[in-house]
Amino acid sequence: MSDNNSNNNHFDVIVLGGGPAGLTAGIYLSRARLSTLILNEGTAGGQMVLTHEIANYPGVESISGYQLSSVMRKQAQSFGAIIRSNVVVEQMDLSSKVKSFTLADGKRYTSDAVILATGGRSRTLGVPGEDRLKGQGVSYCATCDGDFFTGKEIVVVGGGNSALEEAVSLTKYADKVTIVHQFDHFQAFEHAVKEAKENSKISFVMESTITSFNGDSSLDSVDIKNLKTGEVRNFKTDGIFIFIGYVPNTESLKGMVDLNERGEIKVTADMETSIPGVFAAGDCIAKRYRQVTTSVGEGTIAALAASAYLKG
Amino acid sequence: MLYTNLKHIESAQEHSKIINENENVMVICGRMGPMCIPVYGIAEELEEEYKHVKFCDMEFDNPESYVIRNLPEVRNFMGIPFTIYYKNGKVVKATSSIQTMAQVRAILDSEFSK
Repeated sequence: MSDNNSNNNHFDVIVLGGGPAGLTAGIYLSRARLSTLILNEGTAGGQMVLTHEIANYPGVESISGYQLSSVMRKQAQSFGAIIRSNVVVEQMDLSSKVKSFTLADGKRYTSDAVILATGGRSRTLGVPGEDRLKGQGVSYCATCDGDFFTGKEIVVVGGGNSALEEAVSLTKYADKVTIVHQFDHFQAFEHAVKEAKENSKISFVMESTITSFNGDSSLDSVDIKNLKTGEVRNFKTDGIFIFIGYVPNTESLKGMVDLNERGEIKVTADMETSIPGVFAAGDCIAKRYRQVTTSVGEGTIAALAASAYLKG
Repeated sequence: MLYTNLKHIESAQEHSKIINENENVMVICGRMGPMCIPVYGIAEELEEEYKHVKFCDMEFDNPESYVIRNLPEVRNFMGIPFTIYYKNGKVVKATSSIQTMAQVRAILDSEFSK
């Protein structure tokens, strides 16, 4: 195995992703004196960094996601892991014995084993106008942007717990909230549905979807399509909040490792993927429960399994 | 309080001093929320590379941040952070809500070329 302070571009293990799973793997690997590079396409901490308060992480009464991420990052670095954040991976080869990654800045890194910990992200609708009007009427965070819509009429898209709970919380600011959902029923827990239905400021447009966001410098309306009749109508609104779940960041892995129908990486109990020497952990894998603690556990297993793989 | 490693601007006076004493300045005005934190992270990453740019943040709920909240360039903004790019004390670009590394780089490269 190579020196822990490797200064060339070959590492024992490259971890793709710097959320709780990737950082935990980095801590275990570098502490085992395996040269470790964490390539992170976002900010170190992943989705965890966005959590206002984490109160169910054992051993820590209460901590912000930002602070916990910061400690995990420092821990991994203190053992020798190298972290490169906000990089763009343009090419990767996972099938060869020596794995390789080429970044947008032209740098190429190789390794003997890989841990995929690419995490997930909020799903967007992907319809015309959405990206252009982001921050100008289109939002994904009620606690961040709710107060901009005081006394206004807004739309919330989605039918899960987040959508219904955030719709209720937005009624603190908005005069009227219209929930648009693609099905004739909600996926949210019954208590969340009940609370939304009992709120006089909330109305519902079911079996419908947004097909366009309209407005020049800010959102002024959306086009809503009725999925049963196909009818499209223009609906005036001051803002829209989108809560339609998460998607795993695995698009670039399609055709390389086995994914399930939701695009999640299939793994064994030891976090092995369909490729020898490639392991996976965190929110990008097929699993039921998505918590910081579950990701940390999977990152640990993936690191130990990768260490065992390298020992042969 | 913003838990970042960026230079924190605490007052309107300090804001004025920074934008007037530095040719290129990026100020991220936000909270410690999910739309803002990634933008602080990007700025922290780019500080080393863009040494000719002064990267700062300012707390959105600080009353002194009226110097940003009242800018005509943010009139239609309805999502934090408000990210303002100043050249020689004048606003040359402003964005609302979360941005990607590529979007921030594109603005820095076009507005603050070396």
